[in-house]
Amino acid sequence: MLRQEKIRMIHDNILQVNRLTKTFDDFVAVDGIDFSVEEGEIFGFLGPNGAGKTTTINMLTGLARPTSGKIYYAGRDYTGNIKKAQPLIGTVPDENNLYEELDGFDNLCFCAALYGIRKTEREQRARRLLEQFDLAEAGERPFKFYSKGMKRKLTVAAGIIHGPRLLFLDEPTTGVDVASARQIRSLIRQLNASGTTIFMTTHYIEEAERLCHRIAFIVRGIIIQAGSVSELMRQAQQDRILQFTFAEGLEVTRLVRDFGGQFPECALKPLNGNVLRIHSLAPVALMPLMQFFDARGMTVLEAKIITPSLEEVFVKVTDVKREEMKKEKEERKK
Amino acid sequence: MKTGIAFWNILLKDMRNYYLKPPNISWGIIFPFAWMLMFFIKSQTDVGMRGILPGVVAMSILFGTTSMLAVSITFERRSRSFERLLLAPISLTWLMLAKTLGAILFGIINAFVPILLSLFIVDLSGVNWLTALAAIGFIAVTSTFLGLFIAVSVSEVFEAQTFSNFFRFPMVFLCGLFVPISQLPIFLRPISYVVPLTYGVDILKTSINREGHILPAISFLVLAVYSIVLFLISKRNIRKRWIL
Repeated sequence: MLRQEKIRMIHDNILQVNRLTKTFDDFVAVDGIDFSVEEGEIFGFLGPNGAGKTTTINMLTGLARPTSGKIYYAGRDYTGNIKKAQPLIGTVPDENNLYEELDGFDNLCFCAALYGIRKTEREQRARRLLEQFDLAEAGERPFKFYSKGMKRKLTVAAGIIHGPRLLFLDEPTTGVDVASARQIRSLIRQLNASGTTIFMTTHYIEEAERLCHRIAFIVRGIIIQAGSVSELMRQAQQDRILQFTFAEGLEVTRLVRDFGGQFPECALKPLNGNVLRIHSLAPVALMPLMQFFDARGMTVLEAKIITPSLEEVFVKVTDVKREEMKKEKEERKK
Repeated sequence: MKTGIAFWNILLKDMRNYYLKPPNISWGIIFPFAWMLMFFIKSQTDVGMRGILPGVVAMSILFGTTSMLAVSITFERRSRSFERLLLAPISLTWLMLAKTLGAILFGIINAFVPILLSLFIVDLSGVNWLTALAAIGFIAVTSTFLGLFIAVSVSEVFEAQTFSNFFRFPMVFLCGLFVPISQLPIFLRPISYVVPLTYGVDILKTSINREGHILPAISFLVLAVYSIVLFLISKRNIRKRWIL
């Protein structure tokens, strides 16, 4: 890549990470990851438990020191000095970390004061955020008396009170009720619409699918797939899926054997009881399938096309490639 | 300016959240008061009271500062609210100074409880107040940084209490408060001179009763060195243990 191009690319990104690695003794928590977050987008960072998501966020926010690699914010290298980048970033950790004894208003004012915001200004911002997050009535109540959803909302509000350009959200809706989760998602959209770039991790794939512009999947410290939601979905949509529901239970072993002989280009996957799915990379004609079932006295109650979800991409990617990665790591060791 | 706002608000928050809570105010008053009363009943004379004043002042500061700081920092660490401070754009040095200043002030206020009580029952004429006040300040700083060292070395609140007592009680017995250092078994005497409280008590003895046996300048220097070393070790421990 030309030097000029590289510089331009870095400047378009609010965050750029190069070969970022974190090891704890012999354990490699994050293994040389590269990614970038463009200004104005919602970037999803997904992976199973222990994949390295929180360790990555900790390195990016200054709660952990990278073993190696580079971290650029808005084109500047802050690797050894994340403190200097902290006015640019806001962090909402996976667990609420506000002061139990302080009320909502004082918690927000205190968080603003940590960024050097003056009294009048921080009080105005705190009031505005309490209104925006539907917490105005609870503003004078100690944090310890808040419900889980309210605590989560106030923690998000505390993360943005200083007006960060990039907000890290670690599991923003985990453990909150449905109504609060919806409200938090809506607030994330509003924040993003007002210009805040968002980097979020979540366990809820459908949440990432609905909110994120781009997503990276991390497994065992390695980013195994990254791209826009539509790019990732396109891969899964190459796989055509038909789902059949039958009136009676299935004789799976014989059915799979017979099906394989007659439709070698398709794969048959029984789900539960009387439901099965047929996967194919090419278009599938419905009539021969219906005849096949009819010939075996199977009554089809329902047939439908299944649109693959991001969750299916996630499962596919994390399961399949995990094995590949394992092999790759073993080979590297050898 | 921004650091100043953050610093001031951390201090203010700690004052409101910990030091000005009724149980802690009462602890700050009752503890020195109980010590004074105990020694007063035992000594019966105002001469005896003046003799034990340096020790009671030093102990009030030591227990006040180490208890509060060790518990408040460990508690914030457990509840993860300390992370919020680490994520703020304020340097670790300023952050630690803001966290410890509240405890230093609390220790100084604790020191004045026995002094104010003594004013009513003891003749305190001839006290070198300037040196005494400086000693109170130095003891408060050293004790607070000892509390900080303890707080960043443990994970649980109960560990902080246990670890504090591991330092505090031997210090109280070895600093010359109950038994003059010259009367201690010979093998314990070198340990007495390793204990920072010995130097604080000695300056107070010099300023209140002219009974100290170490040059105050040397004692101030030792306390300053202890404070700096404890602060630097604590800072290194935070970087090493909390910013992994």
